[in-house]
Amino acid sequence: MDWGTIFEDGIRTGIGVTAAVYALTAVGLNLQFGYTGLANYGQAGFLLVGAYGTAIAVDRWELPLWLAFFVGMAAAIVLGLLLGVPTLRLRADYLAIVTISAAEILRITANSRAAQDVTGGPQGIKGFAGDFYDLNPFSGRFTLFGDVAFSARNLWVIVVTWSLVALFSALLWLLMRSPWGRVLRAIREDEDAVRSLGKNVYVYKMQSLVIGGIVGGIAGVMLVIDRQFVEARNFESSITFLAYAALILGGLARIAGPVVGAMLLWFFISATDTFLRQSIDEGFLGLDSLFDSSDVGAVRFMVVGLLIMALVIFRPQGLLGSRREAMFGE
Amino acid sequence: MSELDHVVARAEPGAPKPDPILVVEDVRRSFGGLLAVDVDHLEVERNTITALIGPNGAGKTTLFNVLTGFDHATRGSWAFDGNPVAGLPAYRIARLGMIRTFQLTKSLARLTVLDNMLLAAPGQSGESLWRAPFGFWRVEERANRVRAVALLERFNLAAKQHDLAATLSGGQRKLLEMARALMVEPKLIMLDEPMAGVNPALVQSLLEHIKALRDEGRTVVFVEHDMDVVMNISDWVVCLAEGQVIAEGPPASIVANETVIDAYLGTRHGPRPSAVDPGEVL
Repeated sequence: MDWGTIFEDGIRTGIGVTAAVYALTAVGLNLQFGYTGLANYGQAGFLLVGAYGTAIAVDRWELPLWLAFFVGMAAAIVLGLLLGVPTLRLRADYLAIVTISAAEILRITANSRAAQDVTGGPQGIKGFAGDFYDLNPFSGRFTLFGDVAFSARNLWVIVVTWSLVALFSALLWLLMRSPWGRVLRAIREDEDAVRSLGKNVYVYKMQSLVIGGIVGGIAGVMLVIDRQFVEARNFESSITFLAYAALILGGLARIAGPVVGAMLLWFFISATDTFLRQSIDEGFLGLDSLFDSSDVGAVRFMVVGLLIMALVIFRPQGLLGSRREAMFGE
Repeated sequence: MSELDHVVARAEPGAPKPDPILVVEDVRRSFGGLLAVDVDHLEVERNTITALIGPNGAGKTTLFNVLTGFDHATRGSWAFDGNPVAGLPAYRIARLGMIRTFQLTKSLARLTVLDNMLLAAPGQSGESLWRAPFGFWRVEERANRVRAVALLERFNLAAKQHDLAATLSGGQRKLLEMARALMVEPKLIMLDEPMAGVNPALVQSLLEHIKALRDEGRTVVFVEHDMDVVMNISDWVVCLAEGQVIAEGPPASIVANETVIDAYLGTRHGPRPSAVDPGEVL
């Protein structure tokens, strides 16, 4: 068993682009669910419209990437409004149902042949992010330590995505310590009480949903910029649920919660993957008789699932969450 | 109260008052076939304590919900402090100065006691998304904090200000809800069963707090079942049964009112034996 390689694989993924994209996705969810109590189970839909909006604006309308990025953001805002207008006046469950359905509808529509002229259908859209890579200031190969190394191209995406995570975490920090943030936390506790004190609860919920959606949209843009390719398969609802896992792992309603959670989640997913592959090769604990390397992709999620269960049992507030607040959760 | 004395002589359901802060006109609320609220006319005199009594299911809480915008009236209109408010959303009615509390206390459990109070302060610029990230709201926040702590001291909660509201006892939560409502500077405060579930030792202090609200110029309407409490603090009593105002008047007149007694005993319908026309019997 090569623990060094397992650790290095974990670190490489834990600070990589995927972890950063999930961190950004979870930062949006943290505002919506952690602070405001809005159960948005369709965050993947916000990533999708952000990503497709940007890619379509470059590829079909031939806009420069920076301008196309704002098209993607506008799409995320419109999606937030469309979902919020009919549901935010209703009970919380309706938002959950509508968001998850909307995300699936968007994914299936984007993938359909009928939409091929716009979205590329199953073929997707390739190579729209050239402008982004033209700005890459890095060159050569960057080695953090040991085998944890990134190409200049990779490093550029990683730096930009984590910078966005830092930027939005800082913005969220500023917002959540303000009276505005206090209203959101109060809405999470009991929106009728907030209404009875003269606050327009609907507007606050809408602001929370839309801002969280914009952050999700940016996560989607970075996801497809990294791949230079957008296709509907990138936006399965598992994105939403893994982002929730990261958020719960790190701690709800904590600024650094989603960031630490996403890093740890991807560290464990990758480290477990390498550990299982090595175990099969070496016949460790007889694991090779239970499954072979083609099953590892699924089994690693079982292991991660057990890990999250253990966390929820022994530390329900997450790693950074407040014990005091968790004791009085619903 | 002296002004109300003039009304006493003709105290009957819908009696006009010299200076009403709340005027309810022809308000109905039906749930399917059930008419839960059916008030022809009701006025609440400014700067008094008005008790709303009635048997279970009389429509007291529904009337509260309708008047404060938490429920829709099937029809009717009502005016608060001269403003027609029927159909306005709850937060707009609250901003005009008509604040309600809830039968089941709604303390915001995972906010501190102080944050519960600060939340309620009206007109905060830091509650605007665009101004929130910049710290200009800190000046008014400091002023609100001074006011919040003063109110918490008055309600014996100052020592708890940094604790989560979830850690308070039932009675303390009622106190917090009342203190929080006062942060809004209401003209009319509507308390839905403020004594429910409160430790008897705290009842007396709650009563004193309610009297103090009137003494500082506010109007109080409260729902209550305990007649001792009603007799003790109210200036005026309105009795509701099956959605209708069946009697109103000073507390002493209400306890002696036969319609009210009948409503509580459940024999309101049909003429009383003594009221039967002797001619018919013969």
